[in-house]
Amino acid sequence: MTAVESRGVARIRAAFEKARSEGRAAFIPFMTAGYPSTAEFPALADELLARADLLEVGLPYSDPLGDGPTIQQASEQALAGGTSTRGTIELVRVLRTRHDKPIVIMTYVNPIYAVGPREFMRLAQEAGVDGLILPDLPPDQDIEIADLAAEYGLAVTFLIAPTSTPERIRLVAQACTGFVYAVSVTGVTGAREGTALSEVPAMLALARQHTDVPIAVGFGVKDAQTAHEVAALADGVVVGSAFINAVREGRDVPTLTNTLADGCVR
Amino acid sequence: MTLTLPSYPQPDERGRFGRFGGRYVPETLIPALDNLEAAYREAKIDPGFLSELERLLRDFVGRPSGLYLAARLTEHAGGAKIYLKREDQNYTGAHKINNCLAQALLAVRMGKRRVIAETGAGQHGVASATAAALLGLDCVVYMGEEDMRRQELNVFRMRLLGAEVIPVTSGTGTLKDATNEAIRDWVTNVRDTFYILGSVVGPHPYPAMVRDFQSVIGEETKWQLKALEGREVPDVIIACVGGGSNAIGIFAPYAYLPDGQRPRLIGTEAAGEGVETGKHAASVAGGRIGVLHGAMMYLLHDHEGQITPPHSISAGLDYPGIGPEHCLYSETGVAEYVPVTDAQAMEGLQLLTRLEGIIPALESAHAIYHAVQLAPTLSPEQIIVVNLSGRGDKDVAEVMRLQAKAEDTPGNAERQEVLA
Ligand SMILES: Cc1ncc(COP(=O)(O)O)c(C=O)c1O
Repeated sequence: MTAVESRGVARIRAAFEKARSEGRAAFIPFMTAGYPSTAEFPALADELLARADLLEVGLPYSDPLGDGPTIQQASEQALAGGTSTRGTIELVRVLRTRHDKPIVIMTYVNPIYAVGPREFMRLAQEAGVDGLILPDLPPDQDIEIADLAAEYGLAVTFLIAPTSTPERIRLVAQACTGFVYAVSVTGVTGAREGTALSEVPAMLALARQHTDVPIAVGFGVKDAQTAHEVAALADGVVVGSAFINAVREGRDVPTLTNTLADGCVR
Repeated sequence: MTLTLPSYPQPDERGRFGRFGGRYVPETLIPALDNLEAAYREAKIDPGFLSELERLLRDFVGRPSGLYLAARLTEHAGGAKIYLKREDQNYTGAHKINNCLAQALLAVRMGKRRVIAETGAGQHGVASATAAALLGLDCVVYMGEEDMRRQELNVFRMRLLGAEVIPVTSGTGTLKDATNEAIRDWVTNVRDTFYILGSVVGPHPYPAMVRDFQSVIGEETKWQLKALEGREVPDVIIACVGGGSNAIGIFAPYAYLPDGQRPRLIGTEAAGEGVETGKHAASVAGGRIGVLHGAMMYLLHDHEGQITPPHSISAGLDYPGIGPEHCLYSETGVAEYVPVTDAQAMEGLQLLTRLEGIIPALESAHAIYHAVQLAPTLSPEQIIVVNLSGRGDKDVAEVMRLQAKAEDTPGNAERQEVLA
């Protein structure tokens, strides 16, 4: 438990704290690294970071089995454009030179194992990454990754879902050091018609019994109204596919960013 | 009731075969996997479940499948006797039906009315659709677009059986992508859907459960060989390996015998155009440890973890990974894995067809080819059992197409010769 350990955790906590003190849920946009191209990504990330409390950068992966078609296609496009695992970390390094908001990487575990868990953490720390979101790593599968992340000062976020039992919620909540990521629906990522949040309050209440780290809710948030509904329940609101759809359709990202950020006000 | 399901020492209670296996899936699925594991544990020792499964395997599938001395193939190869374990005699044409019926019965037992499956060659899809029709379940099958083209006949069979076949266009449009899509469906509909997984891959408990359901192949081989040759244990067992379920089905009942009593266990991997060309599906010969579809295993991926597209002439072997139990067998030397190319598989198909009147599946043809290579190095008292995982009806159109293509390609004399 060295000093470096707390760096990512502290920065993420401070971001949630700042949002809370301003009467907001933290606004957490997601964007696939290298999308729509490696050249265009940094400016796009700047637009998101203008209003973000925390930025989630998706590491493009060939087999993203927790993602719906939108993020899946963005990953394919980013990979086809040459974005790699190390390249994703490099893109964060570039963003870090001009932003000090927390930036976390969402990645499936295979790229971490392929690069080597220790090497991956070292590179991420050096580039200024604050934490990792691990959608296909239940915390009881592999404690090496969480331990190494801590050693390199990175926060880790695991997921809870509406199907999680109370015991699983406790296990996951206690393993999260940055924030807890609660999935709003049983399903994969993607903006969908009318996100039903009926199962979210009970899930959050259970998680809060076991941890005091902030809890963000994601999957299916797509407009000011859904953001507002989630903000009333959670400490943070994650929005992903809606931004990718906007980029794909050539819509104005700053406008959407402002709309969604405003939606996070309580 | 005589059917029992085996209890093997692997995996451990966390679903690990050594360092392989596990459960690398979205949290949404973990409770479903826990439920499945518990339901399977109960079903496995429930006389009602076992007698129903036994009845279906006997009366519906037509088990036991034959253990057949391939006399002309043996004579041609020269050396060890070659026996064929005739999974091609099963109703629906391959070993896949053993596992599908068992999982479909489990689905009914768990109160699920909707089943989903992934399929490469279509044999698992057809078997799932068949089991669903038999038990009155709704069935959705995910299949890569490329595989739908290669296996048109099986697509039609599935639809005839009332299943919905959903084309998968992402990635390479083959088995790996169909599996991703099936998992996404399961994540979304996990509360009322049972995922019938087709091989010894995926998150725990699938690799163990599918192995147990397929080990009827090896268990039958034991008593059949005893009756025919006076001994349960052959010298060599050869089976093709995609995900690895037909191979584990015949290996596992022998794999946990003590050293010295175990037969040589050989899995043939699809070497496509050659392991050195990069166009292959040989995960042991050409892969490194990684995680795909919920399990840690040998995997074809690049140095930064992106899965690299596999290639095989046979859709059923066209998968970038190999079941975690095979990975352990390979690491500990319990089994060997050898690459067999597309052209060699074609040769195997040709040989068995001409010499024995049996058209094997292209998958199984990989195992046949290697048996013919190995037999002459052994003595006539020695016995090789080849698991003939399926019949070739599904491949006839594709073989015809390849044959026509080979004839059109000038300078492709070697391949033309093989096909002639
Ligand atoms: C006839 C046949 N053999 C083998 C396989 C490969 O599956 P496994 O490696 O699980 O036995 C398939 C898959 O579709 C098949 O149809």
